[in-house]
Amino acid sequence: MSYNVNEKGYYGEFGGAYIPEMLYPNVEELRQNYLKIMAEPSFQEEFNALLKDYVGRPSPLYLAKRLSEKYNTKIYLKREDLNHTGAHKINNTIGQILMAKRLGKNRIIAETGAGQHGVATATVCALMGIECIVYMGEIDIARQAPNVARMKMLGAKVVPALSGSRTLKDATNEAIRDWINNPVDTHYIIGSVVGPHPYPDMVAKFQAVVSEEIKSQLLEKEGTENPDYLIACVGGGSNAAGTYYHYLDNEDVNIIAVEAAGKGVDSGESAATSVLGKEGIIHGSKTLLMQTKDGQITEPYSISAGLDYPGVGPMHANLYKTGRAEFIAITDDEAMTSGLELCQLEGIIPAIETSHALAVFEHKKFKPDDIVVVNLSGRGDKDLQNYIDYFKL
Amino acid sequence: MNRINQKLKEDKKLLSIYFTAGYPNIEDTVPVIKNLEKSGVDMIEIGLPFSDPLADGPTIQASSTQALKNGMTSDILFEQLKDIRQSVSIPLIIMGYFNPMLQYGVEAFCKKCSDVGVDGLIIPDLPVDVYNSEYKETFEKYGLINVFLITPQTSDERIHYIDSVSDGFIYMVSSASTTGAKVGFGNEQTEYFERIANMNLNSPQIVGFGISNNDTFLQATEYAKGAIIGSAFIKHLTTNGVNSIDKFVDTIL
Repeated sequence: MSYNVNEKGYYGEFGGAYIPEMLYPNVEELRQNYLKIMAEPSFQEEFNALLKDYVGRPSPLYLAKRLSEKYNTKIYLKREDLNHTGAHKINNTIGQILMAKRLGKNRIIAETGAGQHGVATATVCALMGIECIVYMGEIDIARQAPNVARMKMLGAKVVPALSGSRTLKDATNEAIRDWINNPVDTHYIIGSVVGPHPYPDMVAKFQAVVSEEIKSQLLEKEGTENPDYLIACVGGGSNAAGTYYHYLDNEDVNIIAVEAAGKGVDSGESAATSVLGKEGIIHGSKTLLMQTKDGQITEPYSISAGLDYPGVGPMHANLYKTGRAEFIAITDDEAMTSGLELCQLEGIIPAIETSHALAVFEHKKFKPDDIVVVNLSGRGDKDLQNYIDYFKL
Repeated sequence: MNRINQKLKEDKKLLSIYFTAGYPNIEDTVPVIKNLEKSGVDMIEIGLPFSDPLADGPTIQASSTQALKNGMTSDILFEQLKDIRQSVSIPLIIMGYFNPMLQYGVEAFCKKCSDVGVDGLIIPDLPVDVYNSEYKETFEKYGLINVFLITPQTSDERIHYIDSVSDGFIYMVSSASTTGAKVGFGNEQTEYFERIANMNLNSPQIVGFGISNNDTFLQATEYAKGAIIGSAFIKHLTTNGVNSIDKFVDTIL
């Protein structure tokens, strides 16, 4: 049994392409070409060169000594926070902009919640001189002003999503509607392992560089490619998909997925999709999602804008359903405490998304000789105001 | 014979009207249906509101949001429709997104449709392949016609495939757009209408998107069997409520 996507675009029973006919030509064009294009030597060469010289890869795998001492285990941090633009998001946008060019597209659209994926998309569009339109919920625009300014400086047009709850879910709806209205010249750069097939697989493959590097870096440092545990936070799930990718079918390696419990899983203000979600369809994919009994999609809550999504990628839904991954839900308070702890023990200010992954060490005991790799998916600069407000700094 | 197929046999161009169930007020569903039939409309699409209607523009989105705020659910819609066949004989189609039907249970949903006298379904985000392999038998068991969409970008090969799976009509989306995004037709649409007309499909075609008045109705039905109006009618309901529906229909026919 494989935990990877099958030829029909499903992970177990999750995935597929539940899209209106208006999107079919675009999605089908991508489906027929993405693997072929990604396998082209010229694509590989350009992708790898940009990852190295522009993004700054490989990102270090850092043995966090003081954190390890505190929790009496061996903790490595995969430093995606050191990438250009400050998170793993750029691995995917580099891949997709090269894909868009080869498909002959000259207009890029994207959705963004906190603005990290929007910035990463605006960045690669500036790099390639391609028009960029980013959809962002009206509420998120108001609370993420620095990232809105970044996107504008990079030449992107930021369009407010005014429908529904005016956050990430609605920004995604607006981007999909734009694609319906512009079916020929436009490529949609989705920011996570969500959406209709082939997006979850394509984004996972662009993020897979993370686990590819972990393998060789661990071999060098520990004499084995296999950690005992991999830990990553999951909103849509792209940093997690990249972290797990090359280990999915290697059951010697345990997988931990960390979701945002918000104010508590049972508080009514949470984004813990695996616990609170049911099977359904969101943004063209069959997966687990938070919804009413009547099938209306509900609004999640987390202090972290990047984990504040009512669904989860179909790969992760399958990892949950099959029990391949252990899912742990972390509250706002636990995450903030662990974020501050990393600052003080290791001199690293993590993104609040990442802080959720770090809080696992308070929840789960590891053995002293366990090798635990945590994806430090993003840096905390963007969250400074949140940290200031929370800790009254 | 299914009421949709009976209607398609009539020697006339058909006007189908879409409205959102429970809009503008929760109790308006049945009065809208009755008034539409009285006004000479041929077919009705009852929109089951959804929180995230991907294929819809602002007008229908807003009506869905309002209907949900009014408390509309699948159960309430079926309850409202339970005696509808005592008073109307017009073909009724439920148009909605797949997730609410999936949560209801596809078989249970189809059974309810059949019980209350709904004749067919339009589910924009249920792909034809998935329908064919997983749900066709259930739809047929309850005598329901499923309607598929085609667009100007749909390839001839795929149109023939969709034609082969269709047992009512084909919903011809007039241009690449969400609902209500464009008004009127240009040369591109005329060419597309001609192309489809020349394919000699088994299923009649009904054109939707971009139709709002007599001119566009005549243009659309020059080649096709009928036309569907959605956003323009929702706007009329927003302004006028349920009472002057005949006046709206008069501007079309």
